[in-house]
Amino acid sequence: MKLKLIEKPSAENIGKPLQPCSCGSVAGSGRPVIIPKWATGTYETVIGPVLSVSTALSRLDIWEHFKCRTTSYRNSYIVPPGLYAVGSPDTNSDVLVSANYKYSFDCLRSELSGMNAWLLVLDTKGINVWCAAGKGTFGTAELIRRIGSVKLDRVVAHKKVIVPQLGAPGISACQVTKATGFRVLFGPIAATNLRSYIGAGYKASSAMRTMPFTCIDRLVLTPMEINPAMKKYPWFALAVLVFFGLHPSGILFKEAVLGGMPFLLMGLLAVMSGAFLTPLLLPLIPFRSFALKGWITGLAMVAAATFFIPGGRTPDTLLSAVTWLFFPAASSYLALQFTGSTTFTGMTGVNKELRASIPLYMTVCAVTVVLLAFYKINHWSGL
Amino acid sequence: MKYLADVVTLSFDAGKCVGCGACTEVCPHGVFAVADKKAFITDKDACMECGACMLNCAPGAITVDKGVGCAAAIINSLIYGGEPSCDCAGGNDTKSCCG
Repeated sequence: MKLKLIEKPSAENIGKPLQPCSCGSVAGSGRPVIIPKWATGTYETVIGPVLSVSTALSRLDIWEHFKCRTTSYRNSYIVPPGLYAVGSPDTNSDVLVSANYKYSFDCLRSELSGMNAWLLVLDTKGINVWCAAGKGTFGTAELIRRIGSVKLDRVVAHKKVIVPQLGAPGISACQVTKATGFRVLFGPIAATNLRSYIGAGYKASSAMRTMPFTCIDRLVLTPMEINPAMKKYPWFALAVLVFFGLHPSGILFKEAVLGGMPFLLMGLLAVMSGAFLTPLLLPLIPFRSFALKGWITGLAMVAAATFFIPGGRTPDTLLSAVTWLFFPAASSYLALQFTGSTTFTGMTGVNKELRASIPLYMTVCAVTVVLLAFYKINHWSGL
Repeated sequence: MKYLADVVTLSFDAGKCVGCGACTEVCPHGVFAVADKKAFITDKDACMECGACMLNCAPGAITVDKGVGCAAAIINSLIYGGEPSCDCAGGNDTKSCCG
C-alpha cells in the first residue's frame, strides 16, 4: 500500500512530488487527506485530526501479506510513522507502540476489534519490530522522539506506553522513562495475546513471553529461502549445460542436455533440501549445527535421487563423486542461510559454524573443479 | 529447539542484581528467572544474544555480545566490513531481508 496522504496544493508545493506528512498523521496540519483503505476516516484529538484505523484486514491486505512472504515487496511496505486511533480512544486509552512495516502494523490492528486505543507507529524504515529493534531503529531514541512529536503527554492523561516485547533489544525502558516520564510496559510477543495481557492488568504469562517456532512458522519463511537460491539457479544451470556440452568441436546441444540432466536435477534437489526441507524438519534432523543438518538432508536427497529417480544416477565414477561431494555441501550452505530467519540462533554460534564450514565449502568447490576437469580430459581422450 | 551448546556469551553478575525481573520480561526464550529477589540463568544455551536483557538491566548486571544470528549478515560483514546487521544489500539503504 503506497502512501495516500496528500498535501493541499499551495504556491510552494505545486509541481513537487507529493510528500507524506512527516508525522504520518494529519494531526495539526489542517490539510485534506485521502483516506487509505486500511483507515476508516479521521479522528479529532487535542493535537488535531489523526487517521482512524480499521481493525479488519481487507483482501488487498492479505494479498499484500502473501507478497511480503514470497517476494521483495516487503522492502517497501510501509505506513507513515505517527499517531493513529483505533475505535474511539480518549485520554485514558492505552498507547500501543508498533513499527512502520505495514505487515507488523496490520498484525496489531487486526487484533484490536472493539477496542479503543492509540497506535504510536515508530519510523523503523519499513522493518518489522524484532529486526528493527536489533538494529536500533525500533529504539530508545526513536520512541522518545516520537512521544514528543505527537505530543503524547497531551493526548493521554496516563503515563504508560505498551511496547511489544520483541522491541526490547532496542528499547531501554528506563531511559525512555527518564526522558519522557512515560513508563514502558513490555507487552506480549504476539499481538494475538494483547487483549488477554491488558485484561490481566498488563501481565503476560510466561507462554506469552516466549517465542515459539512451529512447523507452520518455519514453513511460511521458506519461500524467502527458496527464492534467492532459485535466482542463482539459472547461472548454475548454464554452467552445467556449457560444461557437458563442451566438446573439442564446439558446444553440442544434445550432450549438454543429456549429460547435464542429472546435475540439473540434483541442483534443484539441493535447493529443496537446504532451503525447504531442512527448515521444515529442523527439530527432527540430528545435530544442532545448521550446516550439519543441511548436509545430512542433502545427503539423503542425493541418495534418494540416485536410487529412486530414473536418470538421477550418473554412470561415471568421477561425476558420481562430484554428486555426492558437491550437492550435500550446497544444501548445507543453503541451510546455514536459514539461521537468519530463525528465532533462536545467536551470533556467536553462527560465527562458529561459518568459521568451520566456509573452508570446507571452498575445499569442496576446489575438489569439484579438479574432478570435473579430470572427467572432461578422460571424456575427450576417449572420443 | 536450541542452537549450539556452550557458545553463548551471556554473563550475569548476581552481586549487581536487584531482582527487578526486567530480564524475565524481555527475554524471548525464558533464559532468566527470579527467586529470592535475585535473577538467575535457567538455560544459557537457549540465549540468542539479542541483548534485550542487557539493555533493560538497570544495574548493569548482565552482559552479552549482542548481535544477529544470521549467516548472510555475518558473511556480508566479513566481506564488506562493519558489524553484522540485517542490511542484506550490504549498504546503508533501507533494503533488508527482514521486511
